[in-house]
Amino acid sequence: MLGGVEGLFLGVIDWGVVRDNLFSELVLRGVWMTVRLSVLAMLFGIALGTVFALMRLSRLAPVRWASLLYIWLFRGTPLLVQIVFWFFALPQLWPEWAPWDGKLSTFQAAIVALSINEGAYMTEIMRAGIQSVDPGQALAARSLGMTYPLAMRRIILPQAMRVVIPPTGNEFIAMLKSSSLVNAISVAELFFVAKQQYSSSLKYLEWLLIISAWYLVLTTIASLFQAWLEARYRGPAGAASESVFSRARRPAWMGGR
Amino acid sequence: MPPLLELVDVHKAFGRTEVLRGISFSVEPGEVVAVLGPSGSGKSTLLLCVNHLERIDRGRILFDGRLVGYREQGGRLKAEGDAAVARMRREIGMVFQRFNLFPHLTALGNVMEAPVHVLKQSKAEARARATAMLSRVGLGDKLDAYPSQLSGGQQQRVAIARSLAMGPRLMLFDEVTSALDPELVGEVLEVMRGLAEMGMTMLVVTHEMAFAREAASRVIFMDEGAVVEDAPPAAFFASPRSDRARQFLSRYGR
Repeated sequence: MLGGVEGLFLGVIDWGVVRDNLFSELVLRGVWMTVRLSVLAMLFGIALGTVFALMRLSRLAPVRWASLLYIWLFRGTPLLVQIVFWFFALPQLWPEWAPWDGKLSTFQAAIVALSINEGAYMTEIMRAGIQSVDPGQALAARSLGMTYPLAMRRIILPQAMRVVIPPTGNEFIAMLKSSSLVNAISVAELFFVAKQQYSSSLKYLEWLLIISAWYLVLTTIASLFQAWLEARYRGPAGAASESVFSRARRPAWMGGR
Repeated sequence: MPPLLELVDVHKAFGRTEVLRGISFSVEPGEVVAVLGPSGSGKSTLLLCVNHLERIDRGRILFDGRLVGYREQGGRLKAEGDAAVARMRREIGMVFQRFNLFPHLTALGNVMEAPVHVLKQSKAEARARATAMLSRVGLGDKLDAYPSQLSGGQQQRVAIARSLAMGPRLMLFDEVTSALDPELVGEVLEVMRGLAEMGMTMLVVTHEMAFAREAASRVIFMDEGAVVEDAPPAAFFASPRSDRARQFLSRYGR
């Protein structure tokens, strides 16, 4: 049926393994674990990033320094090192935290490592977003009697979203893939499942095909979700509102009708 | 009755540039005070200091007898917390040169935002009041328009309605017509005249000499961070006492 090079190439693959495992319970569990890790770590990462971005913009120098130290440390060291640290090295520092006493499971260590690492990247993204909002917005909000947290939540952050969403989408797609690093502490996510299987069966190609297909499915869904979010935050009134923000961002006396 | 607003020897510097050098005056309830002066004379900074959007370096500002931004403790001034300052700002409205409407909210949303989230009014109540407020500034038919869909004059009227919805006792206007096309200035001044007639206490930084002459009860002329003249408009425009005011008036017309 298949001739020439393709035939030779595809003939190497044991398609039976692929077919039998693409939707096997083992693989689906791995997919679910990858999704759970990525979504949770991303949510925590966004929360951490928001807090540290606000700290980064604080008037108090020591608070700014704490934020810079956080970014420097967790963006400057490999994620794999951090994962191994939270699971294996932390108990060395505080033995009572030892995971095998049930204090920090492999899953918890994975979430902690991924969240804190992601937070360092999200800090810079949130900072850029907050700084993209016209300072006059904060003045107006404060003059109406809003406290700092309320002005942030109701006025500044919603407008920062426009700038924050595209790079955050990028981060999430990267997270779906880099979550595979937690295989180093035996969390049964997609890559770990494949690693265990090809180690015993030596069906490397087959297993990499299976999980790559799943990673593509996940990243495709994430991209579609990002596009939907971007459209939603582009403006309140559809196409006409493309200009809602862009026009408001230049001084009214230059562009505003 | 005590003055609604009192400034005593207010100083403010940005770095080494002194912007306010010992400003003192007071505003009685119901007064409309026009603050005139060349650009860079510290007028806008003065307004920002009044509701503590800029902190002053020396002197004191009292709103309704209470210190703005500070409290007295054992004879010394201590900075007030965020919540206390925010509570005071509810009673002081401010309108800006560049409107600063919230672009992600409709006109109605802009006006309802603070009453709902700061004063904790119910949405229904805030909507009713916001609708009434927007109708009062002539925008009853623009409730659902976003700021980008409004003209400059309309945006500025929404901004005034947004401030009024908080029920302020003092309104600060910071060159609110300077960013408008000439043909749109009138509609905004009209709203401000109406407010003045209703007895609102107003501190108005402006370059609109006609407004100062006709609607203000007092004129304060500032130059280089100091109050140079403080007089009724008729007296100020007819016979300014200082050379600087005379120069200013000859440049800006009478």
